[in-house]
Amino acid sequence: MVKLDAGWREIPIGGKIVDAGNAREYETGSWRATTPVVDQEKCINCLLCWVFCPDSSIDVNDEEMVGFHLRFCKGCGICAEICPVDAIEMVAETEPEE
Amino acid sequence: MSRFEAMDGNTATAEGMRQINPDVVAAYPITPQTSTVQTFSQFVADGEVDTEFIRVESEHSAMAACIGASAAGGRVMTATSANGLALMWEMVYIAASNRAPIVMTVVNRALSGPINIHCDHSDSMGTRDAGWIQLFGENPQEAYDNAIQAVRIAEHEDVLLPVMSMYDGFITSHSLERVQIEDGEAVRDFVGPFTAHDSLLDVDNPVTYGPLDFYDFYMEHKRQQVEAMKYAKRVIPEVAADFEKHFGRRYGFFDEYRLDDAELALVVLSSTAGTARSVVDSLRAQGLKVGLLKPRVFRPFPAEELADALRDKTAVGVMDRSDSFGALGGPLFVELSAALKIWGVPAKIVDYVFGLGGRDTTPAQIESVFRDLAEIAETGEIKQLVTYLGVRE
Ligand code: SF4
Ligand code: SF4
Repeated sequence: MVKLDAGWREIPIGGKIVDAGNAREYETGSWRATTPVVDQEKCINCLLCWVFCPDSSIDVNDEEMVGFHLRFCKGCGICAEICPVDAIEMVAETEPEE
Repeated sequence: MSRFEAMDGNTATAEGMRQINPDVVAAYPITPQTSTVQTFSQFVADGEVDTEFIRVESEHSAMAACIGASAAGGRVMTATSANGLALMWEMVYIAASNRAPIVMTVVNRALSGPINIHCDHSDSMGTRDAGWIQLFGENPQEAYDNAIQAVRIAEHEDVLLPVMSMYDGFITSHSLERVQIEDGEAVRDFVGPFTAHDSLLDVDNPVTYGPLDFYDFYMEHKRQQVEAMKYAKRVIPEVAADFEKHFGRRYGFFDEYRLDDAELALVVLSSTAGTARSVVDSLRAQGLKVGLLKPRVFRPFPAEELADALRDKTAVGVMDRSDSFGALGGPLFVELSAALKIWGVPAKIVDYVFGLGGRDTTPAQIESVFRDLAEIAETGEIKQLVTYLGVRE
């Protein structure tokens, strides 16, 4: 991937991205203001959250929802919204000081 | 073998396109489209070209389809005019920013409103900062020759910028003149095969076009476009030299007529230069040292070369067939004034906005410009910086 401090001579022209699949290197987790937390007791492994997550950040193992890829989860809350049994809660990254 | 034919500018351009045989032409098929595309679509229907002709629902879509086809790896051409170009606006910038080497003929016609369909340069002058190379042709021959050279310029791997080839609406687009049409094989040989860069259809080397490009990279990409324009200044004369070798007609950044020993110079684009030449001749016969400079390349603006050509003139009159409301004068005047100042040319320079919306420009009007210049040269005084030639007071 192009380095962030690359000069204009070093990058592909026209804003083209010529190395495929480099979304993996773009860590949208840094955008997050709230973090999803799953209650495994409530979860029925319907995997709707996996379908709806816009950043492919639901961690699934053996058809079971096991958590979140926090390097990429941007904290949008779609998973919490879509979960049919309210197993996901969005928690503020930083609690406001009292 | 080359042949001579009586053709208007649009037919000559369409004939050039037939010989170039582009992979894709996308165009909006009704007004303000030109007969260039109509004639070319007949070639497609008759199987004379291999071109994929895409009829779209607007000029905006026409340019969008051209950009897509170019990204997919095709040699792409189109044509438009006036408000059609205005409707393309957003996409015109994107074509240049994506570095799509599209060649587009723009038949120069006035922008509405009030509604007008006749010649002036407000359409393409409006896009002068869009990042396209801009060539202005005087007559059907130059329209044909520029279209062919434009392909080579656009696709040069140090350039990769879209090119607009302009000529005057109706005056050139619809008037028959003698045109030397070159042998089709020779034209194909001159333009050469198309090499796609980062084609979307090359599935082994996937590429993304048009991603978000914020404050962290946008400026670098703009800087690249500036560099490509600088390269274009090298490539345009190279292509012209090769064109001359193939076909014998000479092209440069601009054309000079009796300019060498002239004291008074007129600068004007496109078809008006033809009328101006005869005025130069008649004033020369009266002993006036007058000459003409007709720019062909407006983007990249050959500032230093123009300054050099006008270095020893006493007075320069620019004729602008479009205005830049609220600016110092028309676009050609403003840029040329800056060039003369920066390269230390002492000539007095004045502007004449003329021919808007197709208003006729007579030899008498052009003569009046030279008379003004003679007075300026004599008195050293500019009475009026911008004059509206032929407007009713
Ligand atoms: S949507 Fe809710 S119940 Fe379904 S897998 Fe995700 S967390 Fe579990
Ligand atoms: S908060 Fe948004 S990004 Fe994060 S896991 Fe849920 S749906 Fe995906």
